[in-house]
Amino acid sequence: MAVSENKITVKDLDFHYGEKQVLHALNLNIPPNKIFSVIGPANSGITTLLRAINRLSELSPDARARGDILLDGQSVYAPQVDVSELRRKVGMVFDVPAPLPMSIFDNIAYGPRLAKVRNKSVLAETVEGALRAAALWDEVKDRLRAPASSLSGGQQQRLCIARVLALKPEVILLDRPCSGLDPVSTAKIEDSLTELKERLTIVVSPHNIQQAGRVSDRVAFMLSGRLVEEGANAEIFSNPKDQRTSDYITGRFG
Amino acid sequence: MRKLKGDLPERLFFALALSSISALALITAFIFIKGAPLIAKVGLFDFIFGMDWAPGQGKYGVFPMIIGSVSVTAGAAVIGVPAGICCSVFLTEFAPVKMRNIFRPAIQLLAGIPSVVYGFWGLLFVVPAIRAYLGGPGLSILAGSVILAIMILPTVISISEVSLLALPRQYKEGALALGMTHWQAIRSVQLPAAKSGIVAAVILGIGRAVGETMAVIMVLGNSVAVPSSLLDPVRTLTTNIGIEMGYASEEHRQALFATGIVLFVIIMALNISAQYVVRRKTK
Amino acid sequence: MKSTRLSLSPRAAERVIKVFVWAVALSIMAVLVSIVVFILYKGLPVINAGFLTEIPRRMGREGGIASPIVGTLLVTALAVLLATPFGMGTAFYLAEYTRDGAVTRIIRFSAESLAGIPSIVYGLFGFIFFVMYLNLGWSVLSGGLTLAVMILPTIIRTSEEAVRSVPTIYREVSFSLGGTKWQTIRGAVFPSAVRGIANGIILSIGRSVAETAAVVLTAGSALRMPDGVFAPARTMAVHFYILASEGISMDNAYGTAAVLIILIFLINIAANMLIDRLATKGR
Repeated sequence: MAVSENKITVKDLDFHYGEKQVLHALNLNIPPNKIFSVIGPANSGITTLLRAINRLSELSPDARARGDILLDGQSVYAPQVDVSELRRKVGMVFDVPAPLPMSIFDNIAYGPRLAKVRNKSVLAETVEGALRAAALWDEVKDRLRAPASSLSGGQQQRLCIARVLALKPEVILLDRPCSGLDPVSTAKIEDSLTELKERLTIVVSPHNIQQAGRVSDRVAFMLSGRLVEEGANAEIFSNPKDQRTSDYITGRFG
Repeated sequence: MRKLKGDLPERLFFALALSSISALALITAFIFIKGAPLIAKVGLFDFIFGMDWAPGQGKYGVFPMIIGSVSVTAGAAVIGVPAGICCSVFLTEFAPVKMRNIFRPAIQLLAGIPSVVYGFWGLLFVVPAIRAYLGGPGLSILAGSVILAIMILPTVISISEVSLLALPRQYKEGALALGMTHWQAIRSVQLPAAKSGIVAAVILGIGRAVGETMAVIMVLGNSVAVPSSLLDPVRTLTTNIGIEMGYASEEHRQALFATGIVLFVIIMALNISAQYVVRRKTK
Repeated sequence: MKSTRLSLSPRAAERVIKVFVWAVALSIMAVLVSIVVFILYKGLPVINAGFLTEIPRRMGREGGIASPIVGTLLVTALAVLLATPFGMGTAFYLAEYTRDGAVTRIIRFSAESLAGIPSIVYGLFGFIFFVMYLNLGWSVLSGGLTLAVMILPTIIRTSEEAVRSVPTIYREVSFSLGGTKWQTIRGAVFPSAVRGIANGIILSIGRSVAETAAVVLTAGSALRMPDGVFAPARTMAVHFYILASEGISMDNAYGTAAVLIILIFLINIAANMLIDRLATKGR
């Protein structure tokens, strides 16, 4: 696949929860090996957008999508798509650290085990690799059997990133991954993201504008379920085309 | 976009979930099949309002037992419900954490003590006390009510406690912020807000009291007569079955199943009202 | 307001109420504890190796309670083994698979209704259905089946509550890592709900061990050692009831009750330890 091609394409996406329309005719092109930020005030539909990409939104029984999302040119909503496989390819990190109530090791091995990886040494290698990639290995290597809940909040969130990495995904979706974390943890996570984009595509909803400015290659600004504008980091932050974007960035609302 | 056709686990779970429906259907069917013919023979009115229960002479009237069940249960509710609510308020609002941690499992544990043990304890302590201080034979409505009140406490306490704990903190904080004292907040904000949960607890407790057999069998005296005072002995619907099932046969046994039908109908009415109250709460 | 009518300042009323609530709660506790203490005080001296290992002789006047102990364990084990899969299956179905609909409502209604049915009615049903209709006779099996139906709603209710209280995020995490519905239930929901489910099972064990009315009509009251599930058996609760109510042997009655209470204690402690291990092991 050519490098210039888009990793994810969102085409005319309308999204409803029951009667309520959350996304309106959304179009987005997300390039590979970049950090793509989606910013906007609360209730802009960003979480819905992220969850539409890995089809996690389907967990709500009244969710309905119209339009399409393409991953490497293939519709994620096509009938032949295996949702489990899609979600292994498109990992997700949530806005609260969400370790499962089990040990550190078992948390990381959770995804591979679901994918029927049983071999102990393969699992051990995968876990180590994932923890190293999330810059957590040195902190936890001596207590892999300890409950994941014994880690600090920042460590837990990096554990969640490692858990996603253990599946060797092509895309990671992060929904406000640093909300509620201290600046040191936030910096560590931002560093790992910058490193990770060499290998995969990152779509992130930053928890504030400063973070978007620090980490993103491209930025999209959304308001009330509609895309306002999208462009390279420098463009959006120094020379936004839309008045609403500049209002938001300068903190006049939101 | 979503197509939910049941996979294997879903179908299995569904099949397992049918168990309670089938159990309820079977219980209803068998109790009614066995008991209804006798009610038909005696006549519904005469069965329910008949004053004489003399299986040897073919007389089957359960009215005294209905009175017995109602009076013993009412007595238990009058004693047990305020005490139980008081105790749940204590646990959620006043008790120090350490005490709460002892109380709670202790109450759970006490719920597991056989009802016969409560009954026996009542026979040894409550019955003689009533006889000595209040008169009468001691074996009485009052004795049964006291024992049942003790027995329904765990039910009333734990369910009201849950509904008190489920209240959002803001209720209490808001009330305190308005300058109410702790007790004023409890009385005028928290108890009313938890009302439907507490009502459900009370109904379930009453249900337990109506249905209890072994605890009261030892302390009620079991005579078949309409009581005229709290100190008179009575027989309840449950004890009627418990006492006579061991040796009844033929028509007599049918009559006990018919007694079971009356009990069943009363309990279902209580259940349905409890469920109604709970459902209104969740809406 | 009441406090003004009593012409007490809110602060004084607060103090009075606090003392009152404490007094009620402590006296409830005192009564409950005194029952346990009384039984243990009378019963512990009776317990020795012979009491635990010998079969009752002369209707229970002499000998021990070995066969009622075995009977209790068999009936309870059978009931819990039978009811647990059905109860858990129902709970998972209700909590994980269905949106509210007619079927869910009927299942829930049935479970709630079963929860309210008195044990004596379970006894009647078990007698007519398992003992007579299915011709299982008075047996461990009939008793176990009857108790299984009786504890089913307890297991359903506690398990469903446990499953529902598992944070949604666990499910989302599992799905987002490529888990199927079944993998998610098994890998993420079940481990976090297991504590609550186990609590429900313990509660059910307690109820089964303590039950008298329903087992005396279905498992019988035979004194000999049950040699299989088709043999009749007497449980400890039934043994206690018969010894105490027929005045056969007060000493042995106390001894039986003490063993019963200790058993319930031990079950609680052992189960809590097991749950703690399950929880800290983390998987």
